[in-house]
Amino acid sequence: MSSDIRFTDFKSDKQPTWCPGCGDFGTMNGMMKALAETGNDPDNTFVVAGIGCSGKIGTYMHSYALHGVHGRALPVGIGVKLANPDLEVMVAGGDGDGYSIGAGHFIHAVRRNVDMSYVVMDNRIYGLTKGQASPTSREDFETSTSPDGTHVSPVNPLALALASGASFVAQTFSSDSQRHTEVVKQAIEHDGFGLVNVYSPCVTFNDVDTYDYFRDAIVDVDETDHDPNDKDAARDLITDGSTEYVGVLYQDEASVPYEEREGIEGSMADIPDGAPENAMDLVREFY
Amino acid sequence: MPDDLNWAIGGEAGDGIDSTGKIFAQALSRAGRHVYTSKDFASRIRGGYTAYKIRSSVDRVESVVDRLDILIALTERTIDENMDELHEGSVIIYDGERTTMQDVEIPEGMIGLDVPLKSLAEDAGGAIMRNVVALGVACEVSDFPIENLDSALEKRFKDKGQAIVDNNSKAARLGQEFAAENFDYDYGYSVETTDSDYVLLNGDEAIGMGAIAAGCRFYAGYPITPATDVMEYLTGRIEQYGGTVVQAEDELAAINLALGAARAGARSMTATSGPGIDLMTETFGLVATSETPMVICDVMRAGPSTGMPTKQEQGDLDMLVYGGHGEIERMVVGPTSVAECFWKTVEAFNLAEKYQLPVFLVSDLSLAVTEQTFPPETFDMDEVEIERGNVVDEAEIDSWLDEQGRFQPHFPAADGISPRALPGTTDGAHMTTGLEHDANGRRTEDQEIRVEQVEKRSQKFETAREREDWNYREFGDPDAETLVLSWGSNEGPMREALDFLAEDGIDVRFISVPYLLPRPDLSEEIAAAETTVVVECNANGQFADLIEHDVLERVERINKFTGVRFKADELAEEIRQLVEPQEVAQ
Repeated sequence: MSSDIRFTDFKSDKQPTWCPGCGDFGTMNGMMKALAETGNDPDNTFVVAGIGCSGKIGTYMHSYALHGVHGRALPVGIGVKLANPDLEVMVAGGDGDGYSIGAGHFIHAVRRNVDMSYVVMDNRIYGLTKGQASPTSREDFETSTSPDGTHVSPVNPLALALASGASFVAQTFSSDSQRHTEVVKQAIEHDGFGLVNVYSPCVTFNDVDTYDYFRDAIVDVDETDHDPNDKDAARDLITDGSTEYVGVLYQDEASVPYEEREGIEGSMADIPDGAPENAMDLVREFY
Repeated sequence: MPDDLNWAIGGEAGDGIDSTGKIFAQALSRAGRHVYTSKDFASRIRGGYTAYKIRSSVDRVESVVDRLDILIALTERTIDENMDELHEGSVIIYDGERTTMQDVEIPEGMIGLDVPLKSLAEDAGGAIMRNVVALGVACEVSDFPIENLDSALEKRFKDKGQAIVDNNSKAARLGQEFAAENFDYDYGYSVETTDSDYVLLNGDEAIGMGAIAAGCRFYAGYPITPATDVMEYLTGRIEQYGGTVVQAEDELAAINLALGAARAGARSMTATSGPGIDLMTETFGLVATSETPMVICDVMRAGPSTGMPTKQEQGDLDMLVYGGHGEIERMVVGPTSVAECFWKTVEAFNLAEKYQLPVFLVSDLSLAVTEQTFPPETFDMDEVEIERGNVVDEAEIDSWLDEQGRFQPHFPAADGISPRALPGTTDGAHMTTGLEHDANGRRTEDQEIRVEQVEKRSQKFETAREREDWNYREFGDPDAETLVLSWGSNEGPMREALDFLAEDGIDVRFISVPYLLPRPDLSEEIAAAETTVVVECNANGQFADLIEHDVLERVERINKFTGVRFKADELAEEIRQLVEPQEVAQ
């Protein structure tokens, strides 16, 4: 791993096809900076992306990467990390990928607490399919598939994570590049599953959850007396529906990642040319 | 035909049928006898009817037959369920003191041994050992040296302490002595022992052991009958070789976990049954198009939907060969015996890595739950070869970079096989995707590149077809007019059916096919035969359809879809009726 890695080393030569002004530009830049600033390089980094506008991120970044099927990015990321804990694993997705089709995996990835980071570009809309309600859309949000509102309450991903036993719960705003980068770095450095839900506005299809809206609504927990190690306090903030908090809302400093608890060490790619030396013991067991 | 003993214990789920059966099978195996077991079981934890059956001989046994010599019946229903297999002189061991067994009637001509199993077990230290008392009785009836049972009890209970082992040993002796003192029949059995050493294992265990031998270090799965034993076998063992087992939240996660591990360079695997394959089909195309090596094991059970979860069927072949949207290169390898479950697993991993594609390893319930004996050298670990295919290291990577210095994981090589750079390899960073992609693994809809990549994936399959030996296993008379083809677990009963048929003067050539895709070209063999019969456990004849497609000729079909495997004598009779219908009419 070289020490002179810059964040542009994580950039591929493909130009993003995101709409001009899309929140995902800022989200991705912060991810690349955070990876570079935590001492990673493209050859030891594995990025997994799902489906949707957010899923394209694997193409625009340069690293080992898999762009998978819709909603299943987290299990892929877990598989990569367990098979080679020396790799830095970052999973990226959107609110549909993570909290709708992939909601089941989200809960279990949080529970498993593998040492990796999960960056969710939450724009509260389905952008790539041109503007349908997402699981984080507001109840009164009108879209082509919800002409007079969704009639369902939005998923609260941070609350879901906390209830599932999360060890690191954070939220950022893609437009605040410095703060976003800082929080993603903390998620990478956290010993366990680091969730960063990013307010990443869709400028084309969401005229409610806009840059202006977030600028006004956001409160940074660093500017309050919140203690991120206090789980009860974190729960209060996360379930307070009236404020959009950013920053690290909860972190369990005593978190021990799954792979460590399981005693997994080193890459599973290294195997002998034949059966393991003592493999006949396996046969004798059946005597 | 083997001089065999057919033994069974039956009762309700929760009666300890399975572990008692396993102990007796182990005892016979340790006495140097061959064993072949089968189970009748239901998808429930308590009640119903469940049985463990053993066929044993000093010669190899490959099938169950329609005959039962000794039956330990814990319930009356056990006798009813086995009436077809019981015969004159069959011995039924039961406990007349058990409330439900007080009025039991032993069928005419059979020998009923009413033994106070529970009371004797209590004398030995606990009612829980009543089945072991019955095993002692079975030793007396079959003239089987009880020391072999001691050895099996030792293996089963040693973790629980010597006192438990001794109590069980005592319980068995009380049963044996009771039978000797209270009954005076000439049962006519003398179970011969030999000095041979055998190992006793089932198909799922053989697959698990094969996986470890082959260097599989990552297993993800979701419990499902009858594949769970693969996962349970690996748990606690694969860790000793630096691997791990992950119990996923569902099969969607299982295959994606395995996909991640495979992308990271581990030999990785998942095992499931039909309903799980349905779910995994979502990600299967991604595994194939991202050219990721993976072994996906399908231990088939009766479908569709939840079907008959604890019953035998070979109904998934169409899905494995054709399943998934779009055109997907895959291989389908199907072991035909418990021992082959080991070897084909090893081979499946090599094929997956050499050709960078998903390999379906298809087994069935009958292989999965059958405990069978083998000489240990059947699983000679020195014979295991690992071939990892075109994995490139840092020294070689330069030759696989494009003009811009980017690695090409989908380089359209002439043989269709691209280089693999495992994550962590310097200058190897690359992405891949389920979208159609270029040589660099990046999305494209360019027509020329699309054609190039489709042809490349198809070419590597053709390369495999040419380079590998897609052979078959052959038995019987190579010059016979009748050719029987089968796949999967039918090999065992069919091999024994050959003996029955030979007794009737019917010669048969039997070809057991372990490769379903690609598969051997059987056109010459079929052309040389007068009649070709395809034997399989499904209603539609899915393998027969493939064969007809290959050779453009109609074949005869024998299909069984009752949920119960073929028995050797039954299968022989069906074949006899097909080839000599006149004789049957007489």
